[in-house]
Amino acid sequence: MAHYFHLPQLSLRFIPVWRRNYLVWRKLAIPSMLGNLADPMLYMLGLGFGLGSLLPDVAGVPYITFLAAGTIAYSTMNSATFEVLYSGFSRMHVQKTWDAIMNTPMTLDDVMLGELTWAASKSLLSGIAILLIIWVMGLQASFWMTLWIIPVVILIGFCFAGMGLVMNAISPSYDFFLYYFTLVITPMVLLCGVFYPVSQLPAWLQNVSSVLPLTHAIDLVRPLMLGVTPSQAWLHVLVMLAYGAVGFYLALGLTRRRLLS
Amino acid sequence: MPVLSATNLRKSYGELKVVAGVDISIEKGECFGLLGPNGAGKTTTLRLLLGLIEPDAGEIQMLGEPVPKHARRARLRVGVVPQMDNLDPDFTVHENFMTYGRYFGLRDAEIAARIPALLDFAGLANRADAKIQALSGGMKRRLTLARALVNDPDLIFLDEPTTGLDPQARHLMWQGLRRLLSQGKTIILTTHFMEEAERLCDRLTIMDRGHVIATGSPRELIAQHIEPSVMELYGEHVAGWGEQFGNELCERHEVVGETLFCYSRDGEALTQNLKAQPHLRYLHRPANLEDVFLKLTGRDLRD
Repeated sequence: MAHYFHLPQLSLRFIPVWRRNYLVWRKLAIPSMLGNLADPMLYMLGLGFGLGSLLPDVAGVPYITFLAAGTIAYSTMNSATFEVLYSGFSRMHVQKTWDAIMNTPMTLDDVMLGELTWAASKSLLSGIAILLIIWVMGLQASFWMTLWIIPVVILIGFCFAGMGLVMNAISPSYDFFLYYFTLVITPMVLLCGVFYPVSQLPAWLQNVSSVLPLTHAIDLVRPLMLGVTPSQAWLHVLVMLAYGAVGFYLALGLTRRRLLS
Repeated sequence: MPVLSATNLRKSYGELKVVAGVDISIEKGECFGLLGPNGAGKTTTLRLLLGLIEPDAGEIQMLGEPVPKHARRARLRVGVVPQMDNLDPDFTVHENFMTYGRYFGLRDAEIAARIPALLDFAGLANRADAKIQALSGGMKRRLTLARALVNDPDLIFLDEPTTGLDPQARHLMWQGLRRLLSQGKTIILTTHFMEEAERLCDRLTIMDRGHVIATGSPRELIAQHIEPSVMELYGEHVAGWGEQFGNELCERHEVVGETLFCYSRDGEALTQNLKAQPHLRYLHRPANLEDVFLKLTGRDLRD
């Protein structure tokens, strides 16, 4: 058991795996982007304008501006999560693409690092697409500050890809992922400050929220949208790095046990 | 020095000894067969040899590299055809080659230069831009073999290469494998088809319950384990015939359902006897590898 959990052997050999996923994505890029973005855009525009017209300023800005920051965070979380769960599971379990790769001089560590970086790249693509809309609508306080959101969405992708790969490692089938969405992803969307400030929650829920990674993502993205430097930025970065890294480490050990025993 | 050797290879899962002390040695240019009923440990042995899983004990040398320690380096010169095709369904034939070649660290120009010959080898010369879904089962299998050659390997692993193929496709596959052997490649394959092993393999090993139970050339194994002549008798009366004449006319006989297998060295007296029994249908044939296999591993179903 223990020997499956040795440290990852990271190297640039992951690049062909990343590239394989990118080349497949490129074939279906437009429908894939539309599919990924339609949902968060409708939430942002519908709730932002519709609900926003009934609300006073939230955290000192129009509601749609407030919501835009949350939308970036949760939709980039979703991009990485869907990628490693559904698409990753197809490649690992259904199509046996991982097996094919591991018959070459590649190892599982290379394959999973490729999956992790690819999922983070998907977050980056979604994040940039939403930022483009935000820029066109002029919701940002400072264009230059919002450029910092780009590395943040990569971090968000890394964090949730690492966590999602754990689910991938232990899942018997696609149906299993529903638990993760119901018990982890949806609660975060509702408790971490996507739709309203976390300070509106009762104290005990605020405590729960403060340990969830999406809260830290939003604590970085929202100030940048509003044109201010995030406070305790390094803390938020470290928390997300820790979730991603611990997730990836666990996922790698569990997947080694699953595929290489 | 053998291309691939394993000594005293062992792997258990809990109480179950899946590979229980296997020795294998394969020389350059050989076609080596690994035979055995389901659950004999063939696929686990292949995975151990490739360095995908760690043995509990034993030593493996592949192409001069210790495995699993330097399995990655050894696999640079190895091609693998898995039991189930795992071609990339989102890619065309050409893209499958390109993508797979990159896993070996080959440059795009290098892979592209090799593709025409690989397409030709697979009999897919005009299908470079075909989608995988558009290929027949035989084409997919040949493409999987050609894909395994993208790095110009010295040693090729094939796990049940012709399972599920029709006879035409199977013969094409055999032709391809013979061409590789004539180019000096070394092949290790598992199969359930004795005919395939008999036609292709220079030497083979029969495994059962994790153990090697016989090794040799197909001819040697047949000579060693089976009387040269086999008479198969069919029909409901075979059991009665067996009781009456079996011990007298056969060196060994067994009844399986409504078939009696009579193994002998000299079929003359037997043929005379059978001519006088018009109610029995029979077939006279030389002993083959399947007889050896069934004798050594038994006729019970394995699941």
